[in-house]
Amino acid sequence: MSKARISLKGVLLNLIVWVFTILWLLPFIALLIMSVKPYTEVILHGWWSLGGNYSLKNYLEVLMNPSYNFLQGIENSLIISITSTVIPIFFAAMVAYSLTYLSFRYKTLLFTMILFFMSIPQQMVVIPLFNLYVKLGLNNTLTGLILLHSAWGIPWIAFFLRNYLKLIPLSFVEAARVDGASEMSIFLRILLPISIPALIAASAIQFTWVWGDFFYAMIFLPSPDLYVVTQRLALLKGEYHIDWGLLSAGAILAMIPPLAIYLAFKKYYVRGFVGWGLKG
Amino acid sequence: MNKESKIDLLLFLLPPLVVLSIFVIYPIIGTVVLSFISKGTFSLSNYYEVLTESIPLKALILTKLEPTPPWGALIHNAVWILISVPAVVLLGMILAYVLRYVFGSSFVLGTVFLGMVLPGVVSGLVIRFMFDDSIGIFPRIFAVLGVPMLSKTWTIYPQTALLALILGSIWLWLGFSVTLYSAGLDSIPSSMIESALVDGASQWQIFAKIIVPQLRPVTTVVILMTVMWVLKIFDIVYVVTGGGPGGSSTVLAMIMYMYFASSLEYHKAAAVAVILALLTLIPAYWYIRIVLKGERE
Repeated sequence: MSKARISLKGVLLNLIVWVFTILWLLPFIALLIMSVKPYTEVILHGWWSLGGNYSLKNYLEVLMNPSYNFLQGIENSLIISITSTVIPIFFAAMVAYSLTYLSFRYKTLLFTMILFFMSIPQQMVVIPLFNLYVKLGLNNTLTGLILLHSAWGIPWIAFFLRNYLKLIPLSFVEAARVDGASEMSIFLRILLPISIPALIAASAIQFTWVWGDFFYAMIFLPSPDLYVVTQRLALLKGEYHIDWGLLSAGAILAMIPPLAIYLAFKKYYVRGFVGWGLKG
Repeated sequence: MNKESKIDLLLFLLPPLVVLSIFVIYPIIGTVVLSFISKGTFSLSNYYEVLTESIPLKALILTKLEPTPPWGALIHNAVWILISVPAVVLLGMILAYVLRYVFGSSFVLGTVFLGMVLPGVVSGLVIRFMFDDSIGIFPRIFAVLGVPMLSKTWTIYPQTALLALILGSIWLWLGFSVTLYSAGLDSIPSSMIESALVDGASQWQIFAKIIVPQLRPVTTVVILMTVMWVLKIFDIVYVVTGGGPGGSSTVLAMIMYMYFASSLEYHKAAAVAVILALLTLIPAYWYIRIVLKGERE
């Protein structure tokens, strides 16, 4: 398609889209400003006023005040998100490999099941699992949540990796088979290294999803001493009075990890999303 | 299949299948069973109660009795879908198209995509902020325009709470559709557009006659994914309004959570979960069919 020509229409179009983009970013800019200002000043002059004393007081308050326990929340979230990203990737890769390179009887059934599991709402599994967890002593443990997130990650990551593997020509898998390599060694030595871009994309997306999870955490981590960061943040809001300074600092802290991952792996991340939505 | 490759298959599939059986298959069956059990017997009464006596449908009738609109959760989910699907499709398609003629479009795309990356709770707080009367953006604009009805904190009034959430969710989810539409536009051969230009077609004709029809598969996926996403929506509702005031912004996922965590009525919670899953299965079935069709080709 043609490049933008310099014309009145073109300039106007650019202007509209950029105003729109800035408006889009405005709430985040506001959060950033409010997080370094005392809330009384926000109330008196608005967050948009540039005067006043800036400080990191809100951040220190959120992080250090034991009644918020935010650091503990960040730690729990990190533990859960990282382990729940590493574990399902391997399982999902095995499923994706089987679906792509092995032939067996119930392949279509397995594939349909994977797609079905991807679409089921989270609400569908919590009640029986909650009962099971209480019996097994997994309720109110990080392990319980890690197991759940890992299992829940397998179907979509498998589908995602399969879409990627499908694009890779079969020939060298066949060649390796002729050379007498076992399926496991083909998987470990050839397929996993080839899939690295897809593995990065899947890991980045899975991490941000697990980090952002609130529903599962609310159900399986009911006691406040184990709260993850999203629960801590929801708690910060308070019932009637909202301290926007404190809340902004908390929100900024809570969005740093997923934002950093997104910015670091933006190319993979977005391409991954497109593949998930379109290919198949 | 020879013995060796059977062992390989077992090695690859057994571990993930065991995990999926415990954490996905077993609880899905469990939820369905639980939803049919009431006072120790097998019956439909949980569904009956959930759909008649409680918030999801009672509110339908209440609309006529009260000045404010505390519609039911089911209705709220439906309204949510009816507003956000056209918005996400139209805005996404137009923005993706316009971005081709805009300087710095990758920055714009990256910005719009932020809503997909942030934790739902953070997004919820941003929505709460945007509609706050003393510091938020929307009420300020309406105050300047002289509309007192909309220059207050939207999320604490029953007339505006749901609308604020819906608008906020569109703002969050637009990144998904713009990204998909941008990729879809990239795959339209430029020769098609050039030859139309040679034939003297206007920009508008090109958009309506070539771009929109070519993007139809993308539109289908955007619609299906949006419906599935909206049906499951929970965290922004919980954080921003908690379903209130007076149930005016509650949704199915929220009702399920309330039955489960507040009133400890597990069987009713299961019934709501099943209703939610059945509704999700409509777009999901469609999506699965598309994927399986693509598989065969």
